[in-house]
Amino acid sequence: MAEGMNGKRFLFVLRRFPIGGPQALEALDAALTAAAFDQPVRLLFLDDGVWQLKRGQPAASGRSPMALLGSLALYDIAAPPWVERESLEERGLTPQELTIEVTVLARDRVAALLDDCDVLLNL
Amino acid sequence: MAVLHIVKHSPDASQALRRCLARVGPSDSVLLIEDAVYAPASDAALRCAGKIYALLPDMAARGLTRNPLQGDVEYVDYAGFVQLVVNHDKVISWN
Amino acid sequence: MKFALMINGGPYTSQGANSAYGFAVAALAQGHEVLRVFFYGDGVYNAMRDMRPPADEPPLLTGWQALADRHGVDLVICSAAAERRGVLGIGEDVGDSGIAEGFRVAGLGLWVDACLAADRVLVFHG
Repeated sequence: MAEGMNGKRFLFVLRRFPIGGPQALEALDAALTAAAFDQPVRLLFLDDGVWQLKRGQPAASGRSPMALLGSLALYDIAAPPWVERESLEERGLTPQELTIEVTVLARDRVAALLDDCDVLLNL
Repeated sequence: MAVLHIVKHSPDASQALRRCLARVGPSDSVLLIEDAVYAPASDAALRCAGKIYALLPDMAARGLTRNPLQGDVEYVDYAGFVQLVVNHDKVISWN
Repeated sequence: MKFALMINGGPYTSQGANSAYGFAVAALAQGHEVLRVFFYGDGVYNAMRDMRPPADEPPLLTGWQALADRHGVDLVICSAAAERRGVLGIGEDVGDSGIAEGFRVAGLGLWVDACLAADRVLVFHG
């Protein structure tokens, strides 16, 4: 790193569908890069982003949100990621149907979580 | 400590505005830019815990003027946009 | 104050890049610094050298180049996003590619670096 060696707490807000476009994958790439730079990184799944966590998606060949999420521990990303309760409920999902362990958080707690970081990113 | 939320889609094109407003904290603000400026021009429900701003040049480009029925909305130009970013600790854009 | 901007929308798919440019110009006019503009996702198309908008349409490309020239704004295209889209061929020299002068190609690490150095980080979506 050329500059800015001081650490910052990154919070990535993930709201994209996993398959219908490249955005989910490119957002996770950015999160993993921040983690690779030894920055504390947290993930918050909101709205349609919770579909990224749905169990039963076949591991696509090569890179996919599914494959990346399975390797969060390798990248030293704070686990488990946050998921908003209402986002799950509105889609008929339960934490048991998700592929990884999550921390469920109520919608009225989201504003405080968004404020509890240094760099807030929704890509 | 506060967050500036930026929304760019009209309420019809995207749920982003509604999704954003549900996650705004009391010391946060929302800035409507691009097609989101159609929201205060209409009767869209613009209620949230924080303050709401709309970007004037994007309104002017669309022939929109201040809507007296949306009395809680404040208006800024690009210089005001910069000031909002300076006055909040961080910014989130809602796609 | 120091700003880092990300643009992840293409030039003719939405107004996002125009908003980012308007913000950058206003920030610089107030004496702030725009450290870096990082072009990610479809945002990499903003750097295509051969874009020829009609004469009555303001060309954003030359606007970015002017900000780089006059204010030292670092214009960076994400290498992975550019290669994925064929904007930069694998192993291709930037000078031989369709990428305009004033932009450089680098990894996502430079975006993280900009986030660490900046006081505020803004994303402009497509």
